[in-house]
Amino acid sequence: MTAPQSFYHTSSPAGLSGIRAWLLTHDHKRLGLMYLAAVFFWFVLAMVLGLLLRTELMGQGPTIMGPEVYNSMFTLHGVIMIFLFVIPAIPAIFGNFFLPIQLGTDDVFFPRLNLFSWYLFMLGGLFAIVALFAGDGFPDTGWTFYVPFSVEVDSNVGLTVSAAFILGMSSMLTGLNFVTTFHRMRDRSMGLMQIPLFTWSLYATAWVQILATPVISITFVLVMVERILGVGLFDPDKGGDPLLYQHLFWMYSHPAVYIMILPGMGVISEIIPVFSRKSIFGYKAIVWSSMGIAIAGSLVWAHHMYTSGMSDVSVFVFSLLTFLVAIPSAVKVFSWVATMYRGAIEMTPPLLLALIFIYLFTVGGLTGLVLGAVGTNIHVHDTHFVVSHFHFVMFGGTGFAFFAALHFWWPKMFGIMYRFKPAYIGASLTGIGFLFHYVPMLILGLQGMPRRYYDYLPQYETGNFLAGFGGYLLCLGIVIMFVNLLMSFRQQQPAGADPWGATTLEWSVPSPPPLHNFVAPPVVASFPYDFTTVVERAGKGGS
Amino acid sequence: MSNQSLEQQQQEHLLGYRQLAVVLCLLLLLTVVTVAVSYVDLGFFNVPVALAIACGKVSLVLLFFMHLKYEGAIINISFLSTVLFLVIMIGFTFWDVAFR
Repeated sequence: MTAPQSFYHTSSPAGLSGIRAWLLTHDHKRLGLMYLAAVFFWFVLAMVLGLLLRTELMGQGPTIMGPEVYNSMFTLHGVIMIFLFVIPAIPAIFGNFFLPIQLGTDDVFFPRLNLFSWYLFMLGGLFAIVALFAGDGFPDTGWTFYVPFSVEVDSNVGLTVSAAFILGMSSMLTGLNFVTTFHRMRDRSMGLMQIPLFTWSLYATAWVQILATPVISITFVLVMVERILGVGLFDPDKGGDPLLYQHLFWMYSHPAVYIMILPGMGVISEIIPVFSRKSIFGYKAIVWSSMGIAIAGSLVWAHHMYTSGMSDVSVFVFSLLTFLVAIPSAVKVFSWVATMYRGAIEMTPPLLLALIFIYLFTVGGLTGLVLGAVGTNIHVHDTHFVVSHFHFVMFGGTGFAFFAALHFWWPKMFGIMYRFKPAYIGASLTGIGFLFHYVPMLILGLQGMPRRYYDYLPQYETGNFLAGFGGYLLCLGIVIMFVNLLMSFRQQQPAGADPWGATTLEWSVPSPPPLHNFVAPPVVASFPYDFTTVVERAGKGGS
Repeated sequence: MSNQSLEQQQQEHLLGYRQLAVVLCLLLLLTVVTVAVSYVDLGFFNVPVALAIACGKVSLVLLFFMHLKYEGAIINISFLSTVLFLVIMIGFTFWDVAFR
């Protein structure tokens, strides 16, 4: 029996070759890699923009750019990072690649729709690029596009919100595909409590994508209606309500935080048991906490609006609800730590990155409680404390989960292994740089330095200089990690089907997988994280 | 396997023209009722009655034209989740608007 050809050598639909085999593909794995290429481009661009912003702030007064460029640049950094990196990164890349395999099937339910989603993603990105160079340039509204500024300003708000609208549609269709695949394509022998936790997290995320994304899409349409037709929806001079915009914006954008973090939590739930050689602690609790986060996270949007002038009743209720989200999040963190307790821990780059995730995400979560409580929120509202908090969650959380996923599944996606030593150095530098970068911002925020300001008072200079220094260290670490991964293409060290000793279905197929994923019908384990066989095999000296 | 079950379900869903015509007539009748009621001053009940009739019409469309009556639990739960989500989105906003 000959080994099956990998999906790289088999096109879907059949008969396509070269670039057409990629651009017209229906294969979920190729689409995952196409997202990887696109997301990588956007991430690097936004990272450079962020570094330029922090360079500007390293010294008081103007240094490398003027205030208008600074305003447009932080908007661009936010829009790209949120809509083109953090939201799509894990679901679109690793979700597309691994969700069908983890469910024991050969593709997503709507393969053509999947390809269409990718094209929408690229079109949205194109709109963002055009907005940079056309007309009056990129908007300086911040990624939140708050009214009345966004309906009055001359810059390219229209093109940019159109980009976000299109990207939202792409995200929604991906979510629809995942929910349908989860229910209709799952292997018949796989019960709900046999599904890997990464897929469960994608399922919870997909529901938020489907339900919450239309709200922001409609809101952006309303902004356009007000800008073009002058209908008084949000402008108080015309009888509109600016707080209505904030409600509508955060109805999506707060649940979007969970679109960003839930898949990352799924990645960590896969990595921790594999390298602890121990069954995940609290499987059902993690499943339900994913759904709990998706639900509770949709009820707390107005905690972004405590100082906006909304009613005190609303402030009280939303503050109370905000604390609820901490419960399912903590369930996950405790379960991961409990999984490692008395496990046979094997240190690898994915595990190191997962451990950094747990630490940084926990700080992000705890600083979130500071912001969820009204009294402390009012003190630090719109300061650097908020900037630091959400970077701890978005970057320390989702970013590091993305890096961890990349290192965990790289051998499966490409069939080759990377070098560990540079990966450790890169991951450690990134983690240390992260702390140097964002801890000074927490302190600056508590001291009163506002966010989104081009210049600052002299007492904030030391903190800003340190943060800038940390930023360079952080970026150096990321470059080392990426270069090391890319160098593995040159080294071509074969990885094998299951280099980590993992138990979920993707590790039972060849690396890289064949077009239809499974050569033989998948054997679904009664529990996806049973390491008995792996431990026995290791005890006998096998690999 | 999933394609086969889909086809089976699609066949089960099919409604006869007669049933569809009855639903259409009911919808038209309710539209007439909506217009008629708008000419009667029911005081506080003006809005609740109009909304009740609208809900009736929506239910008919969902149950028969969109086949929800014939779907399994997953589709129905999915649909009810979206309604619940909408209720929460609108309802929670009133904590601000009503007490501002």
